[in-house]
Order: sequence, then structure tokens, then C-alpha cells
Amino acid sequence: MMKNLIKSNTVIMLIFAAVVLTAPIWTAPIGANYPDLLQKFAIFGIFAVGYNILFGLTGYLSFGHAAFLGIGSYTAVWSFKLLTMNVVPAIILAVIVAGIFALLIGFLSLRRSGIYFSILTLAFAQMAYSLAYSVLTPITNGETGLQLEQQDPRVIDSMFGVVVKDGLPSTNLFGTLMSGYSGFYVAAAILIVAFYISLKIFRSPFGMKLLAIKSNQTRMKYTGFNTRPYLLTAFVISGMYAGLAGGLLASIDPLAGAERMQWTASGEVVLMTIMGGVGTLIGPLLGAVIIKYLENIFSALNKSELTEIFNYMPEWLQTIVVNVTNPFVGEGWHLTLGALFMLIVIFLPGGVMEGVDKIKGLFGFGKKKSTIEGEAK
Amino acid sequence: MKKNDQTPSLNRRGFIKTAGAAGVVASAPMIFMKGAYAAKDFRNDPKDSKTVTLGFNVPQSGPYADEGADELRAYKLAVKHLNGEGDGGMMKTMKPSMLKGNGILGKKVVFSTGDTQTKSDAARASAKRMIEKDGALMITGGSSSGVAIAVQGLCQEMGTIFMAGLTHSNDTTGKDKRRYGFRHFFNTEMSGAALGPVLEKEYGTDRTAYHLTADYTWGWSQEGSIKKYTEAMGWKTKAAVKTPVGAGDFSQFITPVLNSGADTLILNHYGKDMVNSLTQAVQFGLRDKQVNGKDFQIVVPLFSRLMAQGAGENIKGILGSTNWNWALKDEGSQAFVKSFGAEYGQPPSMAAHTCYVQTLLYANACEMAGTFYPPEVIKALEGFKFDGMGNGATEYRAEDHQCFKDVLVVRGNQNPSSQFDLLEVVQEVPRAQVEYKPELLGGDLGPYEV
Amino acid sequence: MDAILIQLLNGLDKGAAYALIALGLTLAFGTLGIVNFAHGALFMLGAFCAVSFQKILTISKKVKDESITFFDAYKEKPYLEIWWGDTGTAIIDYAVPLSILMAIPVMLLIGFIMERGLIRHFYKRSHAEQILVTFGLAIIIQEVIRHFFGANPIPTPAPDVVSGSAAVGVFFGLNENLVYPWWRLIYLAFSLAIISAVFAFLKFTTFGMVVRAGMADRETVGLLGINIQKRFTIVFAIAALVAGLAGVMYAPILPPDYHMGMDFLVLSFVVVVVGGMGSLPGAVAAGFLLGILQSFASMTEVSSLFPGIDQIIIYLVAVIILLVRPRGLMGREGVFED
Repeated sequence: MMKNLIKSNTVIMLIFAAVVLTAPIWTAPIGANYPDLLQKFAIFGIFAVGYNILFGLTGYLSFGHAAFLGIGSYTAVWSFKLLTMNVVPAIILAVIVAGIFALLIGFLSLRRSGIYFSILTLAFAQMAYSLAYSVLTPITNGETGLQLEQQDPRVIDSMFGVVVKDGLPSTNLFGTLMSGYSGFYVAAAILIVAFYISLKIFRSPFGMKLLAIKSNQTRMKYTGFNTRPYLLTAFVISGMYAGLAGGLLASIDPLAGAERMQWTASGEVVLMTIMGGVGTLIGPLLGAVIIKYLENIFSALNKSELTEIFNYMPEWLQTIVVNVTNPFVGEGWHLTLGALFMLIVIFLPGGVMEGVDKIKGLFGFGKKKSTIEGEAK
Repeated sequence: MKKNDQTPSLNRRGFIKTAGAAGVVASAPMIFMKGAYAAKDFRNDPKDSKTVTLGFNVPQSGPYADEGADELRAYKLAVKHLNGEGDGGMMKTMKPSMLKGNGILGKKVVFSTGDTQTKSDAARASAKRMIEKDGALMITGGSSSGVAIAVQGLCQEMGTIFMAGLTHSNDTTGKDKRRYGFRHFFNTEMSGAALGPVLEKEYGTDRTAYHLTADYTWGWSQEGSIKKYTEAMGWKTKAAVKTPVGAGDFSQFITPVLNSGADTLILNHYGKDMVNSLTQAVQFGLRDKQVNGKDFQIVVPLFSRLMAQGAGENIKGILGSTNWNWALKDEGSQAFVKSFGAEYGQPPSMAAHTCYVQTLLYANACEMAGTFYPPEVIKALEGFKFDGMGNGATEYRAEDHQCFKDVLVVRGNQNPSSQFDLLEVVQEVPRAQVEYKPELLGGDLGPYEV
Repeated sequence: MDAILIQLLNGLDKGAAYALIALGLTLAFGTLGIVNFAHGALFMLGAFCAVSFQKILTISKKVKDESITFFDAYKEKPYLEIWWGDTGTAIIDYAVPLSILMAIPVMLLIGFIMERGLIRHFYKRSHAEQILVTFGLAIIIQEVIRHFFGANPIPTPAPDVVSGSAAVGVFFGLNENLVYPWWRLIYLAFSLAIISAVFAFLKFTTFGMVVRAGMADRETVGLLGINIQKRFTIVFAIAALVAGLAGVMYAPILPPDYHMGMDFLVLSFVVVVVGGMGSLPGAVAAGFLLGILQSFASMTEVSSLFPGIDQIIIYLVAVIILLVRPRGLMGREGVFED
């Protein structure tokens, strides 16, 4: 009875939405309650949740998903430049264009499997990055990144007689500015929808088929089942999620740079997903939050701030703790990241979500498997 | 915070109904809902606070991490001096100066730091953190033009002053200049103007140049400027080949130079690319060659002492330009090197110098304006003329927020007297020679009020 | 003709570097089934063997520069030169080749510790987990190196005798202006020697035979009662050694910095996969092929025809090969396809 209640999609979604929308409150104690980081949590959460639809369900490890994010960003900025500062067309176009690229790249890459597939996606993404950085500069503005300009045409806006007097116009959602907390709430709302779609996919017959492909593709093929259309659909969906994330990034901060497409960026989403827990619904989101938190907060700590944090300790202990932790923050935040990767894989092979499961097990409930987890391990 | 999205933005975003924003945000905690009407109300106004926060945004990881670390040293030193600690450094030599050593406008200076990773996205994210979370009033730093331009654009949006660190592309104070962005460092146009006559004197007017250019905006800017000035004095340009950034092995670009008939190689590379391409060019025997009866020469238009270390012996005798060098004998440079050396046991790099100066200039402008209100501070900086900061008489030109000052032409030291003595100053090119009309580089500063 | 010969040499040289890194990677792939993202870091560690050996040799007596009073500036004179005069100078001059002597035990030890301490616990784990854990390790190694050596590249010159160029043009009876750096030729020869040594080792020793059998079918070899575990440790140590030696010898061409491993990592993966998973000859062939193509794509004649081709050639070729040949150049069916 209780179990069924927890398993129901509505309850999950309600809890999820509540947690996401109250993020500005519960992130306060860890110093993450400022708009930019909250926006990044939501946007990279979308990216990772979408990536998980491909990697978590089918086991196909794409190393080039950042390309779709970058393409989404460029599309959105061009929409701001040419059409309107309203984010709705920008985001829709970003999703569509990223989807088209995903279809092309996916169609070619999915002819291979395993690591051959990974390298194909990597190669496509690296080509996109290199070209965007150099030859395609007229479209991408190269290293500087594509920016808005005052004299951009903005056809739709000018049809409605909107004139920008001086300075650059701002992105908006029918009048609501996309900067600051309003930007976060828009991103959060989209994250909730995106999560819901992912939940639906995980629990649909389509999701089940993908899982079957993951567990034994050969057997699926022997039964006369053509796997490729299913794989391609998953690939395109996750590419569209990436485009959505890219479009949102550009909507909140209208600048698109080539480095978003570099292999390190593709690697980041892979790491987020594995760290949170591949194939779990909520894990990739957690992974995204952890990595972005480390990147933005740990990199900013320095010795004086550490001293402040550990002020409650006796002085001798404080000195020791500060000196021990100092190499792991500020310029050493990469060290923390590396150590965290290793610790998680060594002790929690299923990512953070496995840790959550273990804790649940300790308290005696969730005997079989975590509630909001896809059955994808 | 969010109030800034409303009140001051009305004049430029008049078409946007801001009411919606208020509703969405109402539930968010930690929002300052001030009944702000006064014109002088602005983001991160320190008000009655006893401190004022500056944001130091430098590369702490990636290829420019050492440069970033040196910038950070300079910033911390500047904060010390502003707060009246230490020996005061260039605060004592700066003329005119209203700095009193009691912080800025009587408020103690504190700072927060961030890692740009030399990526636009990361740099903007950390700048936003400093503005939104730490309440930074001014952002400064950077070690790449792409990053500087990206952060400068953000700061314009946010209404926060940006004092650029090491950025050398023309675009920073040209095509992409912003009202809220200021650059003390020089640019490729000035490098070209300064290097040109020295190259003519050293290598004559009958030369054929071959450019290897890092394939991104700074590289193109550098190539354009050097071409412009060398061709004007009669040099021919044999070819200008673009190389991928971070190529590592440049052999396939260097070998064609050997038999191209060119007698001068211009390396429009910076950082690791410069170290690698220069090292490899020397390995290919370019410097031992004779072409057209002349000794083959290599020129590196932008030299940095920190980076030059990586090229070791290979930089000896090579000409380039730089913004500042610790061996300068003027009073300001000496005071700065003394104070930096006493603090850290090593001389400052040119990146450290420009960052230190920028911090002092911002503080002084606040004192001159008598307020932290950015538009007033901007007006105080615009057209500000000063001296005693290591580059001779300098002016922050109002039209493009570019500092105009003497430029150094340097040469890799043949016989260094110490491990820091890598560059010798060939000539201090006077400011008049490197000055250009603001219209040359175009761009639009944008409004004071955002 | 001259230009083509020189670009061919460039390509061979580049290819030698790729092949050498890919070789070690494939050894770990093919025998142990490990996707080692820390392989680039091993390459970097090799280069830093050269750096630290050079640092040790040049431990110097510091003579203070009295003209500078603000901080301590020194003119350094290595103790080796003080003690042994010209002999000392000569030893320092040969720091890079001599550092191979140090790199061999160091790299073997690092490989041994890595396999015993970490890698062996991941044989049965998924590739994704292997990637995460080795990537984490790579980051940690990088940061440790950066802590001690800084982020800037460190000059590690080749010995004076070979720092000049060889007149290859004369040798081939072409334009006498054609020269090529000695050190690069040495690097090429060195790579070929190492590659042949590894092949000979696998081909002609009993040990190598077992390893090759293990590459073909690990389970069966295990069933035969052969202690495959111990051999895996040795294979991994050899892979680390090959990467390390590649790094040592590359130091004069590319002044080492803490990040150089990452720069090579992706490229070497592409090389390995293009060659075909688990195929050593494939990895070597793909290394040379991609190196040569990259050099030719950078020729002005080519890149003016196809702008940007030099930036993407490696990836473009990788895509084409993988689409035409399902398992790369020489890959076997069923390896790393799940």
C-alpha cells in the first residue's frame, strides 16, 4: 500500500518539484544559494538527465554530447540576434536544431557499437569544436564567443515596434527577465518537465526495450528485433535534451562559446552521470549538482575563508585542519574532483545513488531497490 | 539584487515589463527588497558596511595557472597597500593620487577569488558568483582576450566595473569595448607600432616575413597589426599560416618556412604555443640559416617573462614587445618590485604589474568620485592622466577605455645575470608613437546606466 | 618533391609519437581489458622523469646577484660543473638521454603499483567505471606534478651534438637546403626500436605467447592453470614503461608541462580505436597513418583547398575508417563492442 503510493509518478513528481523549487532555501547552508549556480544546477541537471536516457538505458557511451549543447547555444543566440529576445522561440529552435544534428550524427555513429561508437561521437564533437573555434568564426565568433549586438536585426521584435535605445537588450520570457532568480525558476520549471518526460520514458515499453538492448543486444537481434530505430530515437531524444540545456544556457546568459563543445565538456556529463549513478533517474542530477558545486564553490575557497569556516575548533586543531584541507580547495579543487571520482567508484560502484540505497537499507526500508530509481542496473 | 533588474534598467529595457520578475522571485529568500528610488542606488552598494569587496578572477588551473597565481599575488599586495599595510608600493609614487591607505573611501578592502580556467563560461560563472554571492563591487583579472571580452560583456550587463588583466587583443578596447570595462595592458596595434621601427633598425627594410598565427581572434589581431607595420616599412609577407591552438607539435608548419624564401619568422603565438613553436623552430635550425644573404630572424611580438622561461635558451636574442619589465629603473617600478620582492621573494611579472596597477587605479577613481556608484567611478577613470606607475605618463582614454603609455621592446637576454633576468629592454617606445585614433578599432562603449 | 619528403618525415615523427602512446594503451586494452584514461598521465610522468633528472643533475651552487637587493636573485652554477669541470657540463648536456636510466625503474614501479593497487580491482568492472577511476587518478597525478613543478612548460633541451639539424636533402640527393633536426630522427629511430622490441617480446618469448593467448581468450588461458594475474601485472608495467619512455624522449621536442598528458589522451584513444581494439599492429599502423595525414593536411596547398582541414583531419579520417571498416583497421570481432 505504502509502497504503491511512493511508486506512483504523481507523488514522485510532487516531491521532486518541491525539492527543486525550494532549492534557494536548502542550498543556503552550503553557500550555493545564488542565482547563477542554481541556474547551472538546473541546466546541467537537464543535460545529465537527458544523457542518462541514452547511456543509462542503452549503455551506449557517447563522448560527444557537448556538441549538441553547443549547437543549442549557438542556435539560441542566433535566434536572439535575428528574431526576438523572447526565449521561447530560441529554446524551441535550439531543441530542433540539436535534434537534427543528433539525428545525423546518431544515424552514422549507431552503425557501430561499444567503444567504436564512443570514438565516432567523440570525433564528430571534436570536429564541431575545432571548426567552431577557427574556420566557422563568421557563424560562431570563434574564441570570443557569439554575442548580442545592438544593431542586430531582431525581426520579430522590431515588428512589434520594440526599439533598443542604448546598450544591449535582455533575454526575456514574455517580459520576465531571464537573469537572476527568475532565470532559475524558468530553468527549474523546465527541469521538472524534463525529469517527468525522462521518468515516463524509463517506465514505458520503449524504455523497457532499450534496457533489453542494453542487457543483450545480440539476443534481441536474433529474435528478429530491429534495434537501431530504438537506439536512434534514444540518441535523438538525449541530443534534444542537450540542445535544450544549451538553449537555456544561452537564454540566461546570451553568449555561446566553442569550448562548450570540447571533449572535456562531453566528458563532464559522462562523469556527472556515472558519479550520480548510471541508469538511476535522479543520480545524474545529483552528479551534476556535485560537480558544479565543486567547480564553483571549492575553487573559490582560500586559506582565510577556511580559517573562518573552522573557527569553532580549538586553535591548534583549526591550524591542522586548515593546513590539511588547503591543498584541496582554491587552485587545488581539481584534486578534490579527482579524489572524489576515485573514492566513489571504489566504494560506491553504482554512484552516489548506491550510497543512498545503502543508507536506506540500514534503516530497513526500500529493501529491494530505491523507489524513484529506474530498474536499470 | 533583483531590484537592479527593475529600477535602473528601465531606461534601456523600457519595453520589458519588469513586474513579472518580481512575482516569480517573491518566494526566493535572501532577496533585498529595498524601496530603491534614488538614482545612486546600485548593485552591491556597500552602504554602511565597514568593508568593500573586490573580485579577483584569475586562471588557477589550465595552461595559464602560473600567470594567474602571479596575478593573484599582485592583487593581494594591492589590497594590503590599500588597507595601509606593508610599505605602500606604488601608492607612494602614483601621481596624482587620493589614496590614503585607509581602504577605499574609508572602507577596508576585502576580496574573493575565482578560477577562470581560461574558459569563457567558467570565467563568467565565477564572476557571477563574486557579484551575486560575495557582493563584489569590481571584477578584475584574466589571462586571455576571449575570457576578458566575455567577462567584460557580463560586467556591462550586471553594472559592475571590470578592470581587465592580461588581455592583448585589439577587440577588448575596440570592437568589443564596453563602458564598464577598462584595460591598462597594451594591445596588438601598439605592439606593431612599437616593434615596427625597431625591426627596421635591426633588420633593415628589405625582409620577407613568414607568419605562423594561432588560429583565433588574438592571433589574427596580432598578425594583422604586425603585417600592417612591417609592410608599411617595405617588408614583404611571404605567407601567413594559421596553426590550431594547442597544436603541440608545430613541425608540419615550420618545415615549409625552410624553403619558402622568407628570411624572418613571426610567431603570433602566446603561452604554451609560443614555447613549443619557438623551441621547435630553433630545433629546425632556422636561426642558423642564411637566406637572401641575411641571417634568418625570429620575432615573437608578445613576450612574457613567465612564459619565456619555458623556452629556455631559445629566446636569447629574440625581439618582442612587453607591457612592463621588473628591471625598469623608474621610481614607480622600483617601488613595486621592492615591495613585491620583499613579500614573495621573486620579481613580479608583467601580468602582476598590470593587475596591481588596475586595482590601485580603481580605488583611486572611487576616491576621486567620492562614491562607489559605478557611473561616477567610470567618469573619474575616463580621461584620467597619471604617472609613477611604471610606464611613464599614462592616460586612460575616455573614448575607448584603453591606457596609452610607453611600450617596451625587449630582447631575450644573451647573458642573464640571474634566473629572473631573461629579457633586456631594447627601447622604451614613447607613447606618442603607439597612439592611434579611437575610430580605428571601432566598437561602441554603451551606456553609463544599465 | 622536397616539401613532400619533409612532410613525410614530419608525419613519421608525429606518427611515431602517436604509435608509441597507442601501443601502451592497446597493451592494457587488449590484455587486461582496461580502458586506462591515466595513460596520458603516464606519458607525462615519463617526461617529468627527464625534467627531474635534469633538475637533480643541475643542483647548483647559488651565487647571489648583488645588484638586486629587493629579492634573492641567483646566478646558478651546477655542482657537477664545479666538481668535474667540463665532464660535469657534458653529463648535464646529456641529461635527457641519461634520464632513461632513471625512467625505466621508475615507470616500471609506477606501473606495478598502479596495477596492484588499483587497476586489478577493476578488471571485472564496467568500462564506464574504469574510465571514471582512471580519469580521477590522472587528475590527481597531474595536480601533484603541478604542485611540485608549476604549470609552465619546463625546457629540457637535447644534447648539444644532436640539437642541430641533419642534412637529409644531401642524403637523399635532393635540395641541399633540406634539413631535419637530429633529435627528431633519433626519436623516430627510438620509437621504431621500442615498437620492434615489444613485438619481438610478445612474439618470441613464452611469456609473450601466454599474453597473446590471453588477449585472444582470457578465460581459456586462465582455465589452463596459468597464473595470468602475475603476467597481467607485468604487462601493465611494460605498458607504463612504453608510455614513460615515449614521454622522456619527447621532452626536448615539447617542453613538458603538467597538462601534456591530457592533450595526448584523446588523440591516442582515437589512434587505438582506428587501429582496431586490441590489435597492436593496428595501433602502430593507425599512429603512423594519422601522423602522416595530419602533416600533409597542414600543407598550404591542401589547407587552402579545404579550409580548416588541418584542424579536423584526424577525426575526419577516424570517422571514415570506422564507417568503412567496422572494427577499425585490424580490430577483431567482439572486442570492446558491448
